[in-house]
Amino acid sequence: MKLKRLAACSLAAQSLALSAAFAQTPLSMWYHGAGNEVESVIINQIVADFNASQSDWVVSLESFPQGAYNDSVVAAALAGNLPDILDVDGPVMPNWAWAGYMQPLPLDEAVIADFLPGTKGYWDGQLYSIGLWDAAVALVTRQSTLDALDLRTPTLDEPWSGEEFMAALDAAKAAGEWEYAFDPGLAWTGEWFPYAFSPFLQSFGGDIVDRSSYQSADGVLNGDEAIAFGEWWQSLFTGGYAPGTSQDPAARDNGFVEGRYAFSWNGNWAALNALNTFDDTLFLPAPDFGHGPKIGAASWQFGVSGTSQHPDGAAAFIEFALQDEYLAAFSDGIGLIPATASAAEMTEHYAEGGAMAVFFDLSEAQGLVRPVSPGYVVQALVFEKALADIANGADVADTLDAAVDEIDADIARNGGYGH
Amino acid sequence: MSSKLTTSNRAGWAFAAPGIALIAVFIILPFFFAFALSLTNQRLISPNPTQFVGMQNYRDMLSVSVLRLAPDRDDAGQIQRDAAGAPVYPRIRDITRSPDFPQYRGMREWFRFHMGETAHVVIARDVVFMKALVNTLTFVLVVAPVQGGLALILALLVNQKLRGITLFRAIYFMPVVVSIVVVSLLWRFIYSPDGGLLNNLLSALTFGAFQPVNWLGNPDTALPAIMGMSIWQAVGFHMVIWLSGLQTISPTLYEAAEIEGASKWQTFRYVTWPGLRHTAVLVLIVITMQAFALFAQIDVMTRGGPLDSTQTLVFQAVERGYGKQDISGGATISVVLFLMVLAISLLQRWLTRERA
Repeated sequence: MKLKRLAACSLAAQSLALSAAFAQTPLSMWYHGAGNEVESVIINQIVADFNASQSDWVVSLESFPQGAYNDSVVAAALAGNLPDILDVDGPVMPNWAWAGYMQPLPLDEAVIADFLPGTKGYWDGQLYSIGLWDAAVALVTRQSTLDALDLRTPTLDEPWSGEEFMAALDAAKAAGEWEYAFDPGLAWTGEWFPYAFSPFLQSFGGDIVDRSSYQSADGVLNGDEAIAFGEWWQSLFTGGYAPGTSQDPAARDNGFVEGRYAFSWNGNWAALNALNTFDDTLFLPAPDFGHGPKIGAASWQFGVSGTSQHPDGAAAFIEFALQDEYLAAFSDGIGLIPATASAAEMTEHYAEGGAMAVFFDLSEAQGLVRPVSPGYVVQALVFEKALADIANGADVADTLDAAVDEIDADIARNGGYGH
Repeated sequence: MSSKLTTSNRAGWAFAAPGIALIAVFIILPFFFAFALSLTNQRLISPNPTQFVGMQNYRDMLSVSVLRLAPDRDDAGQIQRDAAGAPVYPRIRDITRSPDFPQYRGMREWFRFHMGETAHVVIARDVVFMKALVNTLTFVLVVAPVQGGLALILALLVNQKLRGITLFRAIYFMPVVVSIVVVSLLWRFIYSPDGGLLNNLLSALTFGAFQPVNWLGNPDTALPAIMGMSIWQAVGFHMVIWLSGLQTISPTLYEAAEIEGASKWQTFRYVTWPGLRHTAVLVLIVITMQAFALFAQIDVMTRGGPLDSTQTLVFQAVERGYGKQDISGGATISVVLFLMVLAISLLQRWLTRERA
């Protein structure tokens, strides 16, 4: 059925393109999802539908593997070969906007009024990018685990406190049924670290950089709250609660469903795997370490490149792609959180009572975007190294000091990153 | 000499020209670019204009100071001791982050040593670079002789006239033709702490007495593990170079040695080794340069961790230039690395020169 529709659409697009080739302005678009078949089908469908729906523009799509996407964009920008429409990872957007790789997205605010806050990319007071979906992280476990350990089920209104969380880990460790009580997923290097773990730091009361000015990390990344976070983080590994940095990536992907870990800190993209294995899988909200429970927000988003001559055409395509139908298609296809509540209702897992609806609520209630600064790209790497070092037993205060010095020196070298 | 090079040698220059042009465009010119960039604050991505900063990048990378610390004393003047009886010293962060010592701001402890009660703490502005420098030098000092020696032994073994010896030559050479990225991934599985091949093998050989080691996750074993894997991977390449050297030695020399009644060792010492002189210089210089360029293994296997125990200069240059968008920082490391390799190569040339 789907295939048939797709074939019909692409046929229609082809015939339209043939008949109206002279009137249409070509727009190029880059996307990060090469290699994922389901994702390719959906994005190609949107492009085909758009090309068939009007006669002013014709979008051509080029897909890249995610690992090489950012490098390709930077290289293309240096060579002056950017496409018209880009997709961009939310926290990276300010860096590209600041560097002039992207221009403000001329989109009517009314169109995105109902969108989850994490899907809107603002820099310098202007909208640069908009996402069709968001992602969220939850504490994944099983009802049977909570029952066996005699633990209270935390809710959005009443999440576990830090003490309750550690008591739960202690209970799981003492039970001895699992290899490790908790799997934070250190096998996933790169953006996973700041995305998944900086919300813990924020819940302790610290942050990666002082968000009032974005000019320094001093006092927020090495203050008393941050050091308390660091001590707690280190205790997860020295205390034998969690596998460290040399965790096998295969153990990360399958450890929970193989019953090796009692609790897993994992995203909605991995939720289907857990649900298919255990009927009683639970997605619990983040623990509250004193300053409210927090999880990371913002995923991949669409925007207009800085060199595009046709921002109106690019915006027309992006607005077309923002229809609930497509939001729902991405969600059903690859498990992402649809950006609007109305689209969520159309999906299999995020509709009222759906197995993953809790992620929509988590995203709405606890989502916090990573620092909105062009310097985030560097700060993310510094933060990742600091957390890996602390997990490996480095002195907490000295490591955080070094991270602060590096972040501050980088901000100074960049003239404050235009804040 | 110079007249010979310049006169009536057009064909020679014509043959050399493509090579010289390629080296000039892809090696010499980029080096001058790198040197120029290292004197600026050039970024990979930035709307800010590039500024000339002089030697600032070199100062930020190479600054080192020594702090002499006396142990803490209580009110009675007694040295304070911790639970284990060791004297307690003031924390370095109280000095480096104090407004009283602005000159130490941003510096961090690299290592310390004790003389009497006084602790001498070496603090550096860029500890990661310093560790990368030490790791790279250690890697070169171990890999160059071990890999060269092992390759020579293999070359001597496969230089015999036996049936099926080409099979062994092919087997020893095989790791060289496989991409280093693939080899690194495979060795990550071999070194894996849960169920890795190496741990299982050692455990089986010792009838279970061997305790599994987290080879790449332990700061003490990570660099030696990468050394071992690197030596294994490239040893076949140098074996082939040694082999070509061995086969240029005239068989008549060996026959003469046999007639004179030389032992195997004497034959090697007085016939083989002198005949390998030029090969030895080549092998040594090539291994040294390759070892200084250590990158792919680090990038795939450890990314510099754990605790900076496998940071290397080239990995840091790439990490800074592309990861942290700091082209000038990466260029500065490249310039320092180039000068080091150049100095060591010249030294090796001088040490192994023909003594007339």
